[in-house]
Amino acid sequence: MQDAVKPNGITPSQTVGPFFKYGLTPTGDYAWNDAFTNSTLTPDLTGDRIRIEGRVFDGDGVVVPDAMLEIWQADAQGRFADPQDKRALPNASFRGFARCGTGKDGNYSFDTIKPGVVPDPDGKPQAPHIVLAVFARGMLRHLYTRIYFSDEAGNAADPVLALVPSDRRATLIAVREAGKPVYRLDLHLQGDSETVFFDV
Amino acid sequence: MTFIYPVDSNKAHPLPLSPEYKSSIKRAPNKPLIPMRHTLSELTGPVYGHETVRDGDNDLTTQHTGEPLGERIIVHGHVRDEDGRGVPDTLVEIWQANACGRYVHVRDQHPAPLDPNFTGAGRTQSDASGYYRFVTIKPGAYPWGNHHNAWRPAHIHLSVFGHSFVTRLVTQMYFPGDPLFPFDPIFNSVPDETARMRMVSSFDLENTKPEWALCYRFDIVLRGKSATPMETK
Repeated sequence: MQDAVKPNGITPSQTVGPFFKYGLTPTGDYAWNDAFTNSTLTPDLTGDRIRIEGRVFDGDGVVVPDAMLEIWQADAQGRFADPQDKRALPNASFRGFARCGTGKDGNYSFDTIKPGVVPDPDGKPQAPHIVLAVFARGMLRHLYTRIYFSDEAGNAADPVLALVPSDRRATLIAVREAGKPVYRLDLHLQGDSETVFFDV
Repeated sequence: MTFIYPVDSNKAHPLPLSPEYKSSIKRAPNKPLIPMRHTLSELTGPVYGHETVRDGDNDLTTQHTGEPLGERIIVHGHVRDEDGRGVPDTLVEIWQANACGRYVHVRDQHPAPLDPNFTGAGRTQSDASGYYRFVTIKPGAYPWGNHHNAWRPAHIHLSVFGHSFVTRLVTQMYFPGDPLFPFDPIFNSVPDETARMRMVSSFDLENTKPEWALCYRFDIVLRGKSATPMETK
């Protein structure tokens, strides 16, 4: 049977290219099923509602208008909407995934909730974070990074942030705007302020 | 536990910086990626299925009132992991140019006609054995300005989720025997030839439908699980 044959390796990645919008992020701009949006929110969702905003820049500091960002996160109790997460009852009202194409100014935004604490492989708590995948024309494979939050004391003990040289940690920490549930985080694909990307 | 999806599998992917592909020069990270152990955040992933995929979403030739122009094709195959296991119930999204090599995108200025009966977007879900299938139109080659006489080989973009966030894959399916292969920096960004050829579909006469459509087979291989023993704490 064909399925019993072990393949000799994985299918390589290729760039998402510049023309993914009508297929992946239509959001009303094209006549296609816009099943994916930049929001994880549903009416019955519990947790602190937040908005994350920022821009994406290339190595010259020029905005990247043809990038696509995807987030994946736990709910407010730290549970994932995935049957592989066996720790608690299914949190059916929360999907945990959202997708956003950048605008002409390189801007993106996500409406979501503040995630709870997720354990690391040793069972130690990780600070609240969101996993972020970055796709763009010019990127042959998407990049993985994380979004942390500036108002979380747990950042100081987070095992993943601890892997990052201290002078680069700020590239992963979204800064809360005074008095608003809005966090800002710019992404730099390259250069002095290059965002930390992880080898996963 | 330690790494569950082996990082070595990633060697099949292109290097971030591939200077022949000019757009990579200012968009590839310069600093090395930081290795980390997978946590639940990486090992889980979005589950999307029947509520997202509508009837007919896997047939790009029936999304409008008329028949699209061009060569009707069937694209099908298995989504498996590198250990040979089928990946069931995973979302597969595609997007592509029309038969003339033109995308339905405001920034595509290639002077080839748009087809009012072809959008070029579809999605489906793999079945219990990981099998997926689309009906579409063979896309055309198109110029893209990367270098003198730069033309992309005909290709279909595919987006696949797998069962965790680290199996996420965006790739391109190419067609066998394309004369543009030696000249395309994106195709050739995959340095290993056997890995590169895994992006080329095979003509499938057995599943070609007489008097209706040629068939191409494209198997997709995602990272495998548990190749590294788990430690218990």
